[in-house]
Amino acid sequence: MNLLLAALIGLLTACGVFLLLRARTFSVALGLMLLSYAVNLLLLASGRLVLQQPPVLEAGRAHFADPIPQALVLTAIVIGFGMTAFLIVLALRARAVLGSDHVDGVEPGPSGSASPGETPARG
Amino acid sequence: MLALIILLPVLGAALPLWLQRRGRNACAWGTALVVTLSMILLLGLAPAVFAGRLVQWGLPWIPALGLNASLRLDGLGLLFGLLITGIGLLVVLYARYYLAAHDNLARLYALLLLFMGAMLGIILADNVLLLLLFWELTSLCSFLLVGYWHERGDARRGARLALILTAGGGLALLAGLLWLGQVAGSFELSTVLLRGDVVRSDPAYLGILLLILLGVCTKSAQFPFHFWLPQAMAAPTPVSAYLHSATMVKAGVFLLARLFPVLAGTEAWFSLVGGVGLFTLLFAAYMALFQHDLKGLLAYSTISHLGLITLLLGIGTPLAAVAGVFHIINHATFKASLFMAAGIIEHESGCRDMRQLNGLFKYMPQTALLAMVAAAAMAGVPLLNGFLSKEMFFAETVHLARLGEISLLFPMLATVAGVFSVAYSARFIHDVFFNGEPINLPRLPHEPPRYLRVPVEILVALCLLVGMLPSYTVGPLLAVAASSVVGTALPPYSLAIWHGFNLPLLMSTLALFGGVLVYSQRAILFRLHERYPPPVGQLLFAAGLNRLLDGARWLTGWLENGALQRYLALLVLAALLAGLVGLWPTGLPATVHPGPALNLLDLVFGLLLALMALLTVRWHERRLLALLAAGGAGLVVVLAFVRFSAPDLALTQLTVEVVTTVLLLLALRFLPLEMRQNALHRPWRDMLLALAAGLGVAALAWGVLNTAPQPALADYFLTHSLPGGGGTNVVNVILVDFRGFDTLGETTVLVVAALGIAALLAGGLPQPVAPAVVSLPRALLLQIGVRPLLALTLLMAVYLFLRGHNLPGGGFVAGLVAALALVTQYLADDFRAVTVRLTLHYPRYMAAGLLLIAITGALSMVLGYPFLTSTFVHVQLPLLGDFELASAMAFDLGVFLVVIATVLAILLGLGDPGREAV
Repeated sequence: MNLLLAALIGLLTACGVFLLLRARTFSVALGLMLLSYAVNLLLLASGRLVLQQPPVLEAGRAHFADPIPQALVLTAIVIGFGMTAFLIVLALRARAVLGSDHVDGVEPGPSGSASPGETPARG
Repeated sequence: MLALIILLPVLGAALPLWLQRRGRNACAWGTALVVTLSMILLLGLAPAVFAGRLVQWGLPWIPALGLNASLRLDGLGLLFGLLITGIGLLVVLYARYYLAAHDNLARLYALLLLFMGAMLGIILADNVLLLLLFWELTSLCSFLLVGYWHERGDARRGARLALILTAGGGLALLAGLLWLGQVAGSFELSTVLLRGDVVRSDPAYLGILLLILLGVCTKSAQFPFHFWLPQAMAAPTPVSAYLHSATMVKAGVFLLARLFPVLAGTEAWFSLVGGVGLFTLLFAAYMALFQHDLKGLLAYSTISHLGLITLLLGIGTPLAAVAGVFHIINHATFKASLFMAAGIIEHESGCRDMRQLNGLFKYMPQTALLAMVAAAAMAGVPLLNGFLSKEMFFAETVHLARLGEISLLFPMLATVAGVFSVAYSARFIHDVFFNGEPINLPRLPHEPPRYLRVPVEILVALCLLVGMLPSYTVGPLLAVAASSVVGTALPPYSLAIWHGFNLPLLMSTLALFGGVLVYSQRAILFRLHERYPPPVGQLLFAAGLNRLLDGARWLTGWLENGALQRYLALLVLAALLAGLVGLWPTGLPATVHPGPALNLLDLVFGLLLALMALLTVRWHERRLLALLAAGGAGLVVVLAFVRFSAPDLALTQLTVEVVTTVLLLLALRFLPLEMRQNALHRPWRDMLLALAAGLGVAALAWGVLNTAPQPALADYFLTHSLPGGGGTNVVNVILVDFRGFDTLGETTVLVVAALGIAALLAGGLPQPVAPAVVSLPRALLLQIGVRPLLALTLLMAVYLFLRGHNLPGGGFVAGLVAALALVTQYLADDFRAVTVRLTLHYPRYMAAGLLLIAITGALSMVLGYPFLTSTFVHVQLPLLGDFELASAMAFDLGVFLVVIATVLAILLGLGDPGREAV
């Protein structure tokens, strides 16, 4: 199980990073989503994998999963939601003002690559 | 009492600013009052110091770091304190009449007082880190004072140069003092001074010495860092007289004297400190002769005299240290008066160039007389104070037998330095006051206002008094100061003027006649100097600085080319490297904690998650499909939370997932369904980076999972959750009770995000590309179905909320569920119809929620507990049975309100068709 989860976390990270490096804002938002899944699972994994022992106290049970990573992940999910929402609205505003959903705010020139040193228009 | 001596000028710096409306005299009186009070406090402690006691005062600040506000007053501190306050008082008077009417006198006074406080801090500090703090403060004050006439380019350049060098040296000093503290085992001077043997025999000694010397040499303008001082002459002359001759530049030699018992007495000390001092003494004395600027000459002369003091301390014998301390006093008096005289000349003639200033004696005879006496003291003419300490210096060089065969060289070089010192003093007098008539002066000079000359008169009188009656005037002070430098009983010495015919007297005489001879033959020397100018350190420094700036500019241009993708790629790369550096030495830990066994279902869902993630990437140019795939991945993550005993996380992730998907779907209305990525943006590079990142994180996760868990912290929360927080759902108790403050912060972040979004939306959205929700064909079944669902879902939210403290649930999840119940109404029904029925002012609810959290927290403070301490009672409710009412519930209610309001504000802001007009 350890290997499977580690591999999945790695895969989610890889997909997230790849999308994060794309040029369109929507892809970046999706990449951030995948990346936060990976991070949340990683945080949870820091409490080690425990089956059927939720950290809810009840009589007759002596073993519980580590509650601290769970508390951290809960916070992370909330903040992640706030950030995704802000990011996506920011992207929409950028498109409204600049007319492009490219992350640099301008469509790259006909040569295909923004020339280094050239500052994109600021919104 | 000691602290007050420092605090008075620092706080008093506001006084001249406050008094400036009442005119310049009020300003000056106020400033003088502050200085005088400080001086009186210092004098009040003088009897104790003369009685041989060490006055101490302390306040622990951050004791764990060795940082304490501890002060001490010994003989050396008293001497410097009197110099700082005494000359400070004269400078205040002088500046009142020196500055032109349009210059802001109050600003100068405020800065001077700040500087005085910092300087007093240096000399009174017992904690070396505190000393460093004040040290840097003086550098800052010096920067502001040199740049006082900030509209002038040379002032700005000089200020910048002074700051770069002295603050840079301060960094080295910080390292040196920290190291010293480590080795000595304490940052308190009282302790460090007793551990000299430990420090000197430590292998780190040389490193400590070098770093501290860097700080000393930059501050006291020693070669090769001397060149900032002539540039700093762009400052107003009161500042030059005060900071750049009498006090601040003495901070370096003060530190040498302060640490003398700890660091002195080794070969390294002798050759490094003595070598730097000797070279600076000779080089600057030579350079001083060729300056055409009046203040430039004095600046180089100051450098040379500082070199002399450094050399004396470097020689390391107790007698040399006495001579060094004596010369500190003498130099401060005659050089401050010379600077003030130079200031008078500039003030009255509008010129500082000695090629134009000639024959001023007949225009300002009194000033000329004062300047002549002071210059004679500088040259070391008998009956003046400069003669006495120079004589002692000559005597020390003669007795320097430790060098063996080359020990003859020392007295010879000392005499050469004396010759040049006499020569430039002669030039100062002869070139300015005699030597023909003035050439093209802006104004015809005359005697200055009475009070501009008073400070000079006082200082010159002191030169004479000390010169003629040394043991009655300065003797006791010198003895007590020198003994705190040496640390042991002082060797016998005599302050008399006449010691009989001996070698030092011969050297003095040689220097006097040699100097006059050199000056009379100066034309030859000037030609030589022009043909072979020595390399100017300042130019080399400027070139190096320019190269550094060019490099920085190039690097910034290369890194910051405006392409966001590149920044992100660099960030990922940097994170990878950081991770690699951390992992490299040890590799992954061995497996000691195999996880639970894998079953078929795990594998199936694992593969599903992998598929969804890959599909998100595969479809990323088709937004809708990509969003669905990402949402699918999120749902499998929810299942993973369920599987790994995290029911709270599963609930939260599920609701957040739904809300996020709705949000992104709404956003899709404003974006084209398909898009072209910029194909030329190196997908291969990105893929490689992504793979490396994935591998790295996988390795990290693998490494963490395979090591044994550390249950200490988990056990604490598990055992304290019920007795301490009154809840069995440990995760919820941690959030609303143990770490309630974090949750407060987190909720605030959510509110800030929602308000930011509202502000962004108020600016208008792009033209939607897809039809609005309102014009979708009405889904009748959904429309009928959601009505009863509303009540059910809201009930569900209440249920989740109430049980949150003991079972999975809580304010956050409940808020999301309730928000979803409302959003579903909007989605299914006529948007406007719902809006009419449901009028909520969301910001008000956010505020109410935050306020509720804060009040819950504050209440516990009112009752005398720490912020956000919770309490609970058990009550019996019909139907629900035993029910626990915790104050944390009010907290959770706040979270609940904030979440509902935030989610609705965001979603409705995006979905509101009324906004399409924008």
